[in-house]
Amino acid sequence: MDMIKVEGLTKDFAQLRAVDNISFTVKEGEIFGLLGPNGAGKTTSIKMLTTLLPPTSGDAIVAGYNIKKDQNSVRKNIGIIFQDPSLDEDLTGRENLEFHAILYKIDKPTRTKRIAEVLKLVELEDKADTLVRNYSGGMKRRLEIGRGLIHNPKILFLDEPTIGLDPQTRRHIWEYIKKLNESSKTTLILTTHYIEEADYLCNRVAFVDHGKVVALDTPKALKDKLGGDVVSLEIKNGVDALEEALKEMKWIKTIAKHDSFLDLTLQEGEKRIPEIIKVADKNKISISSVSLHKPSLEDVFIHYTGKTIREEEGGWKDSMRAMRSARGR
Amino acid sequence: MDTNAIYVLWLRDTKRFLRAKSRIIGMLMMPIFFLLGLGLGLGSLIGYIAGGTYFEFIVPGIIGMSLLFTSIFTGSAVLWDRQFGFLKEILVTPNSRTAIVIGRVAGGATTAILQSILVVFIALIIGFNVSITAYTILALVFMALIAATFISLGLALGSMISDFQGFQLVTSFFTMPLFFLSDSIFPASSLPAVVRDITYLNPLTYGVDGLRNALVGAGTFSIWMDLGIMVLSSLVMIAIAAYAFSKTEVG
Repeated sequence: MDMIKVEGLTKDFAQLRAVDNISFTVKEGEIFGLLGPNGAGKTTSIKMLTTLLPPTSGDAIVAGYNIKKDQNSVRKNIGIIFQDPSLDEDLTGRENLEFHAILYKIDKPTRTKRIAEVLKLVELEDKADTLVRNYSGGMKRRLEIGRGLIHNPKILFLDEPTIGLDPQTRRHIWEYIKKLNESSKTTLILTTHYIEEADYLCNRVAFVDHGKVVALDTPKALKDKLGGDVVSLEIKNGVDALEEALKEMKWIKTIAKHDSFLDLTLQEGEKRIPEIIKVADKNKISISSVSLHKPSLEDVFIHYTGKTIREEEGGWKDSMRAMRSARGR
Repeated sequence: MDTNAIYVLWLRDTKRFLRAKSRIIGMLMMPIFFLLGLGLGLGSLIGYIAGGTYFEFIVPGIIGMSLLFTSIFTGSAVLWDRQFGFLKEILVTPNSRTAIVIGRVAGGATTAILQSILVVFIALIIGFNVSITAYTILALVFMALIAATFISLGLALGSMISDFQGFQLVTSFFTMPLFFLSDSIFPASSLPAVVRDITYLNPLTYGVDGLRNALVGAGTFSIWMDLGIMVLSSLVMIAIAAYAFSKTEVG
């Protein structure tokens, strides 16, 4: 069953088309990623899907309801974790959860039960009655994830769930996200500009650039489309001879020669390297170095857009964000 | 109506206020300086005015002033909250925008009343005399109505403006004239006719006059007229705020 069905969604701001005619579907129980550089239109897409922004054109069905006609039903069935912190720091963790539950009209006994469950899931039981201002960045993020789950949403949106966190905390958050997808069968849709995050977490990834979806598939299929691994050989003597000899090998897809180097594309490079060496030995050619490069999603992104996913110049929002995370430490 | 949302927002503001001891003291500093500087200092020069001492005249004015400033500030915090705070989270919950506005006004008004009561107590210590009548209790109502009017104004401004620098300018563009062109620190009747007529368009004039009627029994207008105008102005302003807020897009 499709949990989200997006058709031709478009959003125009004053001088800019932030989201340009995107379409995709997300299946039930899936972890779906929108991967792209800052300013690609990921957050704007999420805001439209969560009814915070009306689309300029196009449409979407989220959890079975239309985002334009049935906003309240959409809101009841989704949870969201924003890119920017949205906790009340002058309240305790428990109060933040409690207030959230009341906003979803959850009755008192269910509320108490759910809060206990959620606190256990995100391992904040012993910090529940501490003011959020005294939490670390990772604890705040975990509390937000917990809060997003209080009302048992069918879909949880995570907008840059690990932005501004240190690598160790980031890993930790990933484990929570995996765990909750497995245990609660919640459909997750996340945006990120971290390649490893999308690669590690997502069942399927949509590359977003300049408001458009440029590629969409499983991380493995996307990488395979590039033609496999690249083995680079540096050769002391007889580059041409080795090139001729390797052309006989059916399992090598392409060979590129530059100076004393040969770049080969092939599947399962690590298993083929010994064979390549054997071929070189037989022809009395000596190889001075071998390197193996497994394609990453970054390579896929470069393939489709001709650029890397990099941090763009920040506006005032980014400087505010930096200020706040510095203060929160 | 989504009473849950109204209740939660009210509870949140009240809890935050009671927890922020240092903020309460900070907020009281300005009214205290006005009470001492204008009330006692200037008051000793002026002596009697509008049927009472200048000190009696200005205490309701200073309460009105602190309500005006805190309320506009409280309301306009929506600008910050919308981008970085708790509010955005509330906007994705299944609750109407109007309920959110009412909850915020209710919470802000409660804290503004608590703060004004503290100002009254400080004034009492300095030498303010409240003439207790059946109307005295209405002072709380006037405090709530002044707060509701100007929190809504702040909310409307905070909803319509999206950059912080411009926002500072716009709020002071509103607060200063609202404060000086009211009945707060000098009687409007002593002003030139044109300026006086402008002060009569300012809701704060009636709010402060109502407080004066309720606390010292010496207003320019009747207390019922003050009450009527303040009820009307707060309803109109809440409606404007609800409209402006429903039109905001999350940044």
